[in-house]
Amino acid sequence: MIDLLAQADTAVDGLKAVGAGLGYGLAAIGPGVGIGLVVGNAITAMARQPESAGMVRTTMFLGIAFTEALALIGFVVFILLNFA
Amino acid sequence: MNEKLDEGLMTAQEDAVVNIEPEKRIVADMLWRGIKVAPVWLVFSFLIWGTDGAASGAYGIALVFANFIAAAGLLTWAGRISPGALMFAALGGFILRLVILTVAVIAASKVSVFAPVPLGITIIVSHLGLLVWETRYVSLSLAYPGLGPARLAQKQCKEMK
Repeated sequence: MIDLLAQADTAVDGLKAVGAGLGYGLAAIGPGVGIGLVVGNAITAMARQPESAGMVRTTMFLGIAFTEALALIGFVVFILLNFA
Repeated sequence: MNEKLDEGLMTAQEDAVVNIEPEKRIVADMLWRGIKVAPVWLVFSFLIWGTDGAASGAYGIALVFANFIAAAGLLTWAGRISPGALMFAALGGFILRLVILTVAVIAASKVSVFAPVPLGITIIVSHLGLLVWETRYVSLSLAYPGLGPARLAQKQCKEMK
Protein backbone atom coordinates (compact mmCIF):
# COMPACT_ATOMS: atom_id res chain seq x y z
CA MET A 1 0.00 0.00 0.00
CA ILE A 2 2.76 2.41 0.98
CA ASP A 3 4.64 1.48 -2.19
CA LEU A 4 1.54 2.27 -4.27
CA LEU A 5 1.13 5.66 -2.58
CA ALA A 6 4.82 6.45 -3.15
CA GLN A 7 4.46 5.52 -6.82
CA ALA A 8 1.34 7.69 -7.14
CA ASP A 9 3.22 10.59 -5.53
CA THR A 10 6.09 10.19 -8.01
CA ALA A 11 3.60 10.01 -10.88
CA VAL A 12 1.90 13.22 -9.71
CA ASP A 13 5.29 14.98 -9.55
CA GLY A 14 6.12 13.73 -13.04
CA LEU A 15 2.77 14.83 -14.44
CA LYS A 16 3.23 18.24 -12.79
CA ALA A 17 6.59 18.66 -14.51
CA VAL A 18 5.14 17.55 -17.86
CA GLY A 19 2.20 19.95 -17.41
CA ALA A 20 4.53 22.82 -16.54
CA GLY A 21 6.68 22.17 -19.60
CA LEU A 22 3.66 21.84 -21.89
CA GLY A 23 2.08 24.98 -20.45
CA TYR A 24 5.27 26.96 -20.95
CA GLY A 25 5.60 25.73 -24.53
CA LEU A 26 1.97 26.54 -25.34
CA ALA A 27 2.29 29.96 -23.68
CA ALA A 28 5.24 30.76 -25.96
CA ILE A 29 3.34 29.98 -29.20
CA GLY A 30 0.99 32.99 -29.01
CA PRO A 31 3.74 35.57 -28.37
CA GLY A 32 5.81 33.94 -31.14
CA VAL A 33 2.98 34.53 -33.63
CA GLY A 34 2.45 38.02 -32.19
CA ILE A 35 6.11 39.00 -32.53
CA GLY A 36 6.10 37.71 -36.11
CA LEU A 37 3.12 39.93 -36.91
CA VAL A 38 4.63 42.98 -35.17
CA VAL A 39 8.01 42.70 -36.88
CA GLY A 40 6.52 41.77 -40.26
CA ASN A 41 4.27 44.83 -40.25
CA ALA A 42 7.11 47.03 -38.97
CA ILE A 43 9.30 45.92 -41.88
CA THR A 44 6.47 46.68 -44.31
CA ALA A 45 6.08 50.13 -42.75
CA MET A 46 9.84 50.79 -42.97
CA ALA A 47 9.87 49.70 -46.62
CA ARG A 48 6.97 52.05 -47.43
CA GLN A 49 8.30 54.99 -45.40
CA PRO A 50 12.04 54.68 -44.73
CA GLU A 51 12.14 58.21 -43.26
CA SER A 52 9.95 57.09 -40.34
CA ALA A 53 12.10 54.04 -39.54
CA GLY A 54 13.04 55.46 -36.11
CA MET A 55 9.42 55.83 -35.08
CA VAL A 56 8.48 52.42 -36.48
CA ARG A 57 11.36 50.70 -34.69
CA THR A 58 10.49 52.40 -31.41
CA THR A 59 6.92 51.15 -31.68
CA MET A 60 8.12 47.73 -32.85
CA PHE A 61 10.46 47.32 -29.88
CA LEU A 62 7.74 48.22 -27.40
CA GLY A 63 5.29 45.93 -29.22
CA ILE A 64 7.74 43.04 -29.02
CA ALA A 65 8.33 43.66 -25.31
CA PHE A 66 4.61 43.82 -24.54
CA THR A 67 3.95 40.63 -26.52
CA GLU A 68 6.80 38.93 -24.73
CA ALA A 69 5.12 39.65 -21.40
CA LEU A 70 2.60 36.90 -22.27
CA ALA A 71 5.42 34.38 -22.62
CA LEU A 72 6.88 35.62 -19.33
CA ILE A 73 3.56 34.92 -17.62
CA GLY A 74 3.77 31.34 -18.94
CA PHE A 75 7.35 31.21 -17.70
CA VAL A 76 6.31 32.33 -14.23
CA VAL A 77 3.59 29.64 -14.15
CA PHE A 78 6.31 27.13 -15.10
CA ILE A 79 8.48 28.38 -12.20
CA LEU A 80 5.59 28.16 -9.74
CA LEU A 81 4.53 24.67 -10.83
CA ASN A 82 8.06 23.32 -10.76
CA PHE A 83 9.59 25.01 -7.74
CA ALA A 84 6.83 26.28 -5.43
CA MET B 1 24.59 63.62 -26.64
CA ASN B 2 21.83 62.44 -24.29
CA GLU B 3 22.13 65.62 -22.18
CA LYS B 4 21.77 67.71 -25.33
CA LEU B 5 18.81 65.59 -26.33
CA ASP B 6 17.18 66.06 -22.92
CA GLU B 7 17.58 69.80 -23.27
CA GLY B 8 16.21 69.76 -26.81
CA LEU B 9 19.46 71.19 -28.21
CA MET B 10 20.25 68.49 -30.77
CA THR B 11 20.68 69.21 -34.40
CA ALA B 12 18.54 67.35 -36.91
CA GLN B 13 21.60 65.32 -37.97
CA GLU B 14 22.40 64.26 -34.38
CA ASP B 15 18.73 63.48 -33.80
CA ALA B 16 18.73 61.21 -36.85
CA VAL B 17 21.82 59.35 -35.59
CA VAL B 18 20.16 58.70 -32.22
CA ASN B 19 16.80 57.76 -33.66
CA ILE B 20 18.20 55.33 -36.21
CA GLU B 21 18.86 52.97 -33.27
CA PRO B 22 16.03 53.83 -30.88
CA GLU B 23 16.10 50.48 -29.02
CA LYS B 24 19.26 51.43 -27.15
CA ARG B 25 17.78 54.69 -25.91
CA ILE B 26 14.51 53.08 -24.88
CA VAL B 27 16.33 50.41 -22.89
CA ALA B 28 18.72 52.96 -21.36
CA ASP B 29 15.70 54.98 -20.22
CA MET B 30 13.97 51.90 -18.82
CA LEU B 31 17.08 50.75 -16.97
CA TRP B 32 17.62 54.19 -15.47
CA ARG B 33 14.05 54.24 -14.18
CA GLY B 34 14.35 50.63 -13.03
CA ILE B 35 17.52 51.34 -11.07
CA LYS B 36 15.76 54.23 -9.33
CA VAL B 37 12.74 52.09 -8.35
CA ALA B 38 14.51 48.77 -7.65
CA PRO B 39 15.51 49.60 -4.02
CA VAL B 40 11.88 50.34 -3.14
CA TRP B 41 10.79 47.00 -4.61
CA LEU B 42 13.58 45.17 -2.78
CA VAL B 43 12.60 46.70 0.56
CA PHE B 44 8.97 45.76 -0.17
CA SER B 45 10.05 42.17 -0.99
CA PHE B 46 12.15 42.02 2.17
CA LEU B 47 9.23 43.16 4.32
CA ILE B 48 6.85 40.59 2.82
CA TRP B 49 9.05 37.58 2.07
CA GLY B 50 12.20 38.23 4.11
CA THR B 51 15.80 37.85 2.99
CA ASP B 52 15.02 35.07 0.50
CA GLY B 53 12.35 37.24 -1.11
CA ALA B 54 14.67 40.23 -1.41
CA ALA B 55 17.44 38.09 -2.92
CA SER B 56 15.02 36.45 -5.39
CA GLY B 57 13.54 39.86 -6.20
CA ALA B 58 16.99 41.23 -6.95
CA TYR B 59 17.68 38.24 -9.17
CA GLY B 60 14.34 38.75 -10.96
CA ILE B 61 15.12 42.42 -11.60
CA ALA B 62 18.57 41.47 -12.92
CA LEU B 63 16.98 38.91 -15.26
CA VAL B 64 14.48 41.46 -16.61
CA PHE B 65 17.25 44.04 -17.15
CA ALA B 66 19.42 41.45 -18.92
CA ASN B 67 16.44 40.42 -21.07
CA PHE B 68 15.82 44.02 -22.17
CA ILE B 69 19.51 44.63 -22.87
CA ALA B 70 19.79 41.43 -24.90
CA ALA B 71 16.65 42.27 -26.90
CA ALA B 72 17.85 45.80 -27.68
CA GLY B 73 21.38 44.63 -28.52
CA LEU B 74 20.16 41.92 -30.89
CA LEU B 75 17.64 44.17 -32.67
CA THR B 76 20.15 47.03 -33.01
CA TRP B 77 22.77 44.67 -34.40
CA ALA B 78 20.32 43.08 -36.85
CA GLY B 79 18.84 46.44 -37.85
CA ARG B 80 22.22 47.50 -39.21
CA ILE B 81 22.33 44.45 -41.50
CA SER B 82 18.95 44.06 -43.21
CA PRO B 83 15.19 43.78 -42.60
CA GLY B 84 15.49 40.01 -42.98
CA ALA B 85 18.11 39.92 -40.24
CA LEU B 86 15.79 42.04 -38.08
CA MET B 87 13.03 39.45 -38.50
CA PHE B 88 15.44 36.63 -37.70
CA ALA B 89 16.82 38.45 -34.66
CA ALA B 90 13.34 39.24 -33.33
CA LEU B 91 12.04 35.65 -33.53
CA GLY B 92 15.33 33.85 -32.90
CA GLY B 93 16.15 36.28 -30.10
CA PHE B 94 12.77 35.64 -28.48
CA ILE B 95 13.39 31.88 -28.32
CA LEU B 96 17.03 32.33 -27.30
CA ARG B 97 16.14 34.71 -24.47
CA LEU B 98 13.41 32.39 -23.18
CA VAL B 99 15.88 29.49 -23.15
CA ILE B 100 18.49 31.59 -21.33
CA LEU B 101 15.89 32.77 -18.78
CA THR B 102 14.80 29.18 -18.14
CA VAL B 103 18.38 27.96 -17.70
CA ALA B 104 19.15 30.92 -15.41
CA VAL B 105 16.14 30.18 -13.18
CA ILE B 106 16.77 26.42 -13.07
CA ALA B 107 20.40 27.12 -12.14
CA ALA B 108 19.32 29.55 -9.42
CA SER B 109 16.80 27.07 -8.00
CA LYS B 110 19.70 25.10 -6.49
CA VAL B 111 20.64 28.10 -4.32
CA SER B 112 19.24 28.06 -0.77
CA VAL B 113 17.79 31.60 -0.89
CA PHE B 114 15.74 30.86 -4.03
CA ALA B 115 12.06 31.77 -3.55
CA PRO B 116 9.83 31.14 -6.62
CA VAL B 117 6.85 33.33 -5.69
CA PRO B 118 8.74 36.63 -5.21
CA LEU B 119 10.88 35.83 -8.25
CA GLY B 120 7.83 35.28 -10.45
CA ILE B 121 6.00 38.34 -9.18
CA THR B 122 9.12 40.48 -9.61
CA ILE B 123 9.64 39.31 -13.21
CA ILE B 124 6.07 40.13 -14.27
CA VAL B 125 5.74 43.38 -12.30
CA SER B 126 9.13 44.81 -13.31
CA HIS B 127 8.80 43.84 -16.99
CA LEU B 128 5.29 45.24 -17.41
CA GLY B 129 5.84 48.16 -15.04
CA LEU B 130 8.94 49.42 -16.86
CA LEU B 131 7.23 49.03 -20.23
CA VAL B 132 4.10 50.90 -19.22
CA TRP B 133 6.23 53.63 -17.61
CA GLU B 134 8.29 53.96 -20.80
CA THR B 135 5.20 54.09 -22.99
CA ARG B 136 4.19 57.31 -21.26
CA TYR B 137 7.29 59.00 -22.69
CA VAL B 138 7.11 57.67 -26.22
CA SER B 139 5.66 59.97 -28.80
CA LEU B 140 4.18 58.83 -32.06
CA SER B 141 4.34 62.28 -33.62
CA LEU B 142 6.46 62.64 -36.73
CA ALA B 143 8.26 65.58 -35.14
CA TYR B 144 9.91 63.26 -32.62
CA PRO B 145 10.36 59.87 -34.21
CA GLY B 146 12.15 58.36 -31.23
CA LEU B 147 11.17 59.20 -27.71
CA GLY B 148 8.82 61.83 -26.41
CA PRO B 149 9.47 65.55 -26.81
CA ALA B 150 12.40 66.89 -24.84
CA ARG B 151 11.93 69.12 -21.81
CA LEU B 152 12.95 72.30 -23.62
CA ALA B 153 10.52 71.58 -26.45
CA GLN B 154 7.75 71.01 -23.91
CA LYS B 155 8.66 74.29 -22.22
CA GLN B 156 8.58 76.09 -25.57
CA CYS B 157 5.15 74.61 -26.29
CA LYS B 158 3.88 75.93 -22.95
CA GLU B 159 5.33 79.38 -23.69
CA MET B 160 3.68 79.42 -27.11
CA LYS B 161 0.32 78.68 -25.51
